[in-house]
Amino acid sequence: MGLGVPIIIPVSKPSKGAAGKTGLWRVERPVVDEDKCIKCWLCWLYCPEDVITEGPNGFPQIDYTFCKGCGVCADVCPTKAIQMIKEEE
Amino acid sequence: MTLTIHDLRKEPGSYLPGSAACPGCGATLAFRIASRVLGPNTVYVVPASCFSVIQSPFPKSAISAPLYNIAFPAAAATASGVYRAYKMLGRDVNVVVWAGDGGTVDIGIQALSGAAERGEDIIYVCYDNEAYMNTGIQRSGATPLMAWTKTTPTGKREMPKDMPMIVAAHRVPYVATASVGYPFDLANKFEKAKKMKGFRYIHIFSTCPPGWNSPVSKTAEVAKLAVDTYFWPLYEIENGKLRITVKPRKRPLKEFLELQDRFRGLSDEQIEELEKIVMEKWNFLLHLEKSERVF
Ligand SMILES: Cc1ncc(C[n+]2csc(CCOP(=O)(O)OP(=O)(O)O)c2C)c(N)n1
Ligand code: SF4
Ligand code: SF4
Ligand code: SF4
Ligand SMILES: [Mg+2]
Repeated sequence: MGLGVPIIIPVSKPSKGAAGKTGLWRVERPVVDEDKCIKCWLCWLYCPEDVITEGPNGFPQIDYTFCKGCGVCADVCPTKAIQMIKEEE
Repeated sequence: MTLTIHDLRKEPGSYLPGSAACPGCGATLAFRIASRVLGPNTVYVVPASCFSVIQSPFPKSAISAPLYNIAFPAAAATASGVYRAYKMLGRDVNVVVWAGDGGTVDIGIQALSGAAERGEDIIYVCYDNEAYMNTGIQRSGATPLMAWTKTTPTGKREMPKDMPMIVAAHRVPYVATASVGYPFDLANKFEKAKKMKGFRYIHIFSTCPPGWNSPVSKTAEVAKLAVDTYFWPLYEIENGKLRITVKPRKRPLKEFLELQDRFRGLSDEQIEELEKIVMEKWNFLLHLEKSERVF
């Protein structure tokens, strides 16, 4: 029996950047100083956005496409290896 | 076995970067870590809340695990049905409610209590940002005494409901409090809950920078201080036996309150009163820890 109306099942599909390139929200950018980093991975643990991974050189690497610039990583880093730098206009 | 940072880093989570969550969102941090422990064999049920929005707009989703969005009061009832449906299909799946405090301590409490009493095989998680945040910071039954919200402009006058104890009074196998400031403690509680059967409940203190007016970068710090000032004690109740899981580092309550504008303007007497209430609760927990069973 046809209902005569289209039936839409609203199922969303998993995707990175589901809300767009959230890196554009950033006012300050976290920058890792590898000389100070002790690879404790606390920045990774506490990053709400899950944008920190291990880079090819074994140090934390930040995905700036999605990093929202909250600064939590810099706040929890025990050696102050992460600096928050103002984004250019 | 206790989980380490290396264990957590090995496991894939179910959160994908670039969601609609505010910068520094505690609820997102809680989900990121919990989903790594729960693993991909997990189905989430989410009632109306910030977490509905964090998933981001249709047709995309920031959550890579199956997730069912459901009406505000219905999360625990829905999860009960989802678990039974999988069981009929012969599949053993973690069915997890991921709900806000409003959806738990107020609007969802009836379905939650029913599911707990029936002993449904689900994990119910309340991420607690201590107000109705998604609709613009209205007070909930979990908002702390004296906290500002848009509906408590002079500070809340009532005590919050003690939800973990309310659930524990149902004599369920597992109840735990957690905080995004203590992610290892949080992860280990999920690890424990995952391995148990029956109704399990985890209540997570989740910083909300726009709702609490706390600095965005201080999401972890606020949630650490909540524990270290005795404001949010971390404990678990396993088969009736209570155990305090983290010893607070004895910080003055003021340090926690000062980081959030929702507590701005409290007088010294009010802070003293809050301190007294907090310490009474702590001493009560110490007392309960000595009992064979709390319920
Ligand atoms: C029955 C019903 N009443 C009200 C609403 C509007 N509403 C949607 S989310 C929300 C607040 C949820 O608060 P909470 O559960 O604490 O989650 P939070 O948004 O704080 O994460 C409200 C009131 C609704 N969707 N359904
Ligand atoms: S928290 Fe600091 S020291 Fe630790 S891994 Fe990150 S940048 Fe390195
Ligand atoms: S600024 Fe925030 S989102 Fe960006 S890497 Fe640090 S913790 Fe993650
Ligand atoms: S309002 Fe609070 S809980 Fe909701 S998304 Fe923003 S930070 Fe997270
Ligand atoms: Mg809430």
